[in-house]
Amino acid sequence: MSALKTQKRTGRPAPELIFGDLWEFDPAPETADPKLKPRYDLFIDGRFVAPRGGETFDSINPANEKKLAEIGLASVADVDAACQAAARAFPAWSKLPGAERGKYLYRLARLLQDRAREFAVAETLDGGKPIKESRDFDVPMAAAHFFYHAGWADKLAYAFPGATVAPHGVVAQVIPWNFPLLMLAWKLAPALATGNTVVLKPAETTSITALKFAEIVQEAGLPPGVVNIVAGAGETGAALLAHPLAAKIAFTGSTEVGKLILRSLAGSGKKMTLELGGKAANIVFDDAPLDQAVEGIVNGIFFNQGHVCCAGSRLLVQEGVAATVLAKLKRRIQVLRVGDPMDKNTDIGAINSKAQLDKIRDLVDSGVKEGAELYQPACKLPAKGWYFRPTLFSGVQQSHRIAREEIFGPVLAIMTFRTVDEAVEKANNTAYGLSAGVWTDKGSRILKMSTELKAGVVWANTYNKFDPTSPFGGYKESGFGREGGRQGLADYVRLG
Amino acid sequence: MPSLAPAAFRRLFDEIGPVDAVGVEERVAKYGTRSIKKAAKVWGLRTAVSMVDLTTLEGKDTPGKVAALCVKAVRPHDDPSLPPVAAVCVYPSMVRHARRALGAQSPVKIASVATAFPSGQTPLRTRLAEVKAAVADGADEIDMVINRGAFLAGEFARVQDEIAAVVEACGAAALKVIFETSELETYDNIRAASFLAMRVIRAGDFIKTSTGKTGANATLGNNQVMIEAIRDHYLDTGVAIGMKPAGGIRTAKQALTFLIAVKETLGDAWLTNTRYRFGASSLLNDLLRQLEKERTGAYQAPYYFSEAAESY
Repeated sequence: MSALKTQKRTGRPAPELIFGDLWEFDPAPETADPKLKPRYDLFIDGRFVAPRGGETFDSINPANEKKLAEIGLASVADVDAACQAAARAFPAWSKLPGAERGKYLYRLARLLQDRAREFAVAETLDGGKPIKESRDFDVPMAAAHFFYHAGWADKLAYAFPGATVAPHGVVAQVIPWNFPLLMLAWKLAPALATGNTVVLKPAETTSITALKFAEIVQEAGLPPGVVNIVAGAGETGAALLAHPLAAKIAFTGSTEVGKLILRSLAGSGKKMTLELGGKAANIVFDDAPLDQAVEGIVNGIFFNQGHVCCAGSRLLVQEGVAATVLAKLKRRIQVLRVGDPMDKNTDIGAINSKAQLDKIRDLVDSGVKEGAELYQPACKLPAKGWYFRPTLFSGVQQSHRIAREEIFGPVLAIMTFRTVDEAVEKANNTAYGLSAGVWTDKGSRILKMSTELKAGVVWANTYNKFDPTSPFGGYKESGFGREGGRQGLADYVRLG
Repeated sequence: MPSLAPAAFRRLFDEIGPVDAVGVEERVAKYGTRSIKKAAKVWGLRTAVSMVDLTTLEGKDTPGKVAALCVKAVRPHDDPSLPPVAAVCVYPSMVRHARRALGAQSPVKIASVATAFPSGQTPLRTRLAEVKAAVADGADEIDMVINRGAFLAGEFARVQDEIAAVVEACGAAALKVIFETSELETYDNIRAASFLAMRVIRAGDFIKTSTGKTGANATLGNNQVMIEAIRDHYLDTGVAIGMKPAGGIRTAKQALTFLIAVKETLGDAWLTNTRYRFGASSLLNDLLRQLEKERTGAYQAPYYFSEAAESY
């Protein structure tokens, strides 16, 4: 459409489409029971135990700011108990034949599938993501990771031919709040398949599905201590990662915290993988299938409210089609439905926390102040809860804060380029390097771009596609190490 | 309309841009996840009823069958508040019988599949004569098939000239241009055919997916590619073209999903039977059945709904 000449019109307003309320959808709430308990304790040595300090914190539903449950806060002593339990469980678990460990993983996957709707609802209530995403993406993908790694458990010798394969021991894992259950699966499944035992800390705003998963661990009959889950905030996480028994650290979260971890653990000899922030470039060339590119841009930045480390938060579009792409994007986001995450028709749910909403607002304000042009559709937002409209910034420059800092919200920074080299230069002009997208009808250009972009994942004519078989991880300040695939497995074993 | 030189068509293909099949499928899959409840469902179902081109296209059609179809079209079910369907769709030889059954002034239009439907494989003058005869017998709308053979042979100018000739033969009758999408095969071809047609037809004319006579008929994917072409043409020229998916849409749920695609791609102005139609026969009774379910809370047995459109 790019080159379709706009006809000269005199006095007539340009034709525009009407996305109004002629056919307003009624609410379509998901009604499955999330089976939430009023209180969740720590899961240590196969049992739910109250925190030793007796402290708790509240988990809040970001859609309406109501308290969902009380969570036991793990103290340093609790973390120590969990690590001791994992260390006690390690010798037997690691010596179990791979096929036997595989059976446990298959069991975890199937039990999760059995309770898929319950977990999807719990995930949406706790984190604010739309129910259609937790139902169609988070929970099925979490189960898929357990299935995939169950298959590896008895084939490790074939994964690394010629090497002897040994687990690290106790693995300390800290996961973020954007995909609570899925990140748990990404961490637990390879660790268990390779014979490690685990102490995992979920994020403080989203502990519920991890602790519900502990129920599944019990039900599956995993030996006590193989999986331990301790809830809490930064202090709990720091105690866990620094614990002397933790032979390997796996962290997914912000680059800021990742740097602190690296600094504090330097010289400790612990093996580490860090999956940190991103500021991915989604690059649209003038020969791209534009309507599908627009769809990919929308998937890239508005999936999970933009709370995605690999979100396509910078759109680089070739100058010749920039105006067309922007016009198409504006029309497309007018039909995105923002609101109650439990409504099956909601496309953009609630922002995970007040703190995150404040951060997004601050960065959006900076974008306006620095001179970028803001566009938001006039959608209604619920009165209570934390919400943010899908936001486009056009006329963004490389030096604007919204082009450099990770916003982690539904905010897209749009820039233009003229040539392939300029696109590569601009895409790589960032501290991050987690992912990128390329949209073009030309196959050779896809190959060229994928070799020159410094990003762990390059999607071609699609975006935000995940699979347990495909390694995921970053360059530069996006971290190191891979998760998923054979490469992800390698980070959980010592090769001799 | 003067025919365009081949170079102009190469430019056309460059201008309209490519379509990525995987991306289209991904987009339309999202329509299927929409959940339409209560008042929104009733509105959608009633709107779908009003958009049906109630169709019988069989070698064994008789004046009697067509008369039964016409009565069903005007009054689809016992509920007098239900709208009539948009049109009946019959072969040219049945047009005068349909006109007799409906009368001169009817809310239900008569559409006829002229131009050697479904293959289109007769000389142009024969096809044009058929169109003129159907219009003379009282057809309000003509559903033509494009020359797929010419399209696949790369004779785009011929395809477009023939469409232009049929437009002229239609006179005041509205035209629906059938691409037979399953024979064009690729989304790129469907998009190109859409622009070829839209540039010679008039505001209020339609483009239509299929004849219903091949294995693959209307899909959400080809519907999406065509309504995106309609959108682009409208934004570029201000000329609003209508859309008619035909064949394979048998359930109310399917019809609602197609309407969601319209709502989210073309917007409110296309949620009307002057711009969107369903070419269908068995769809109507499923819409009625779902409407009764919404009204009474229970599903009625199929024999409570008069069967006047199904092929038997």
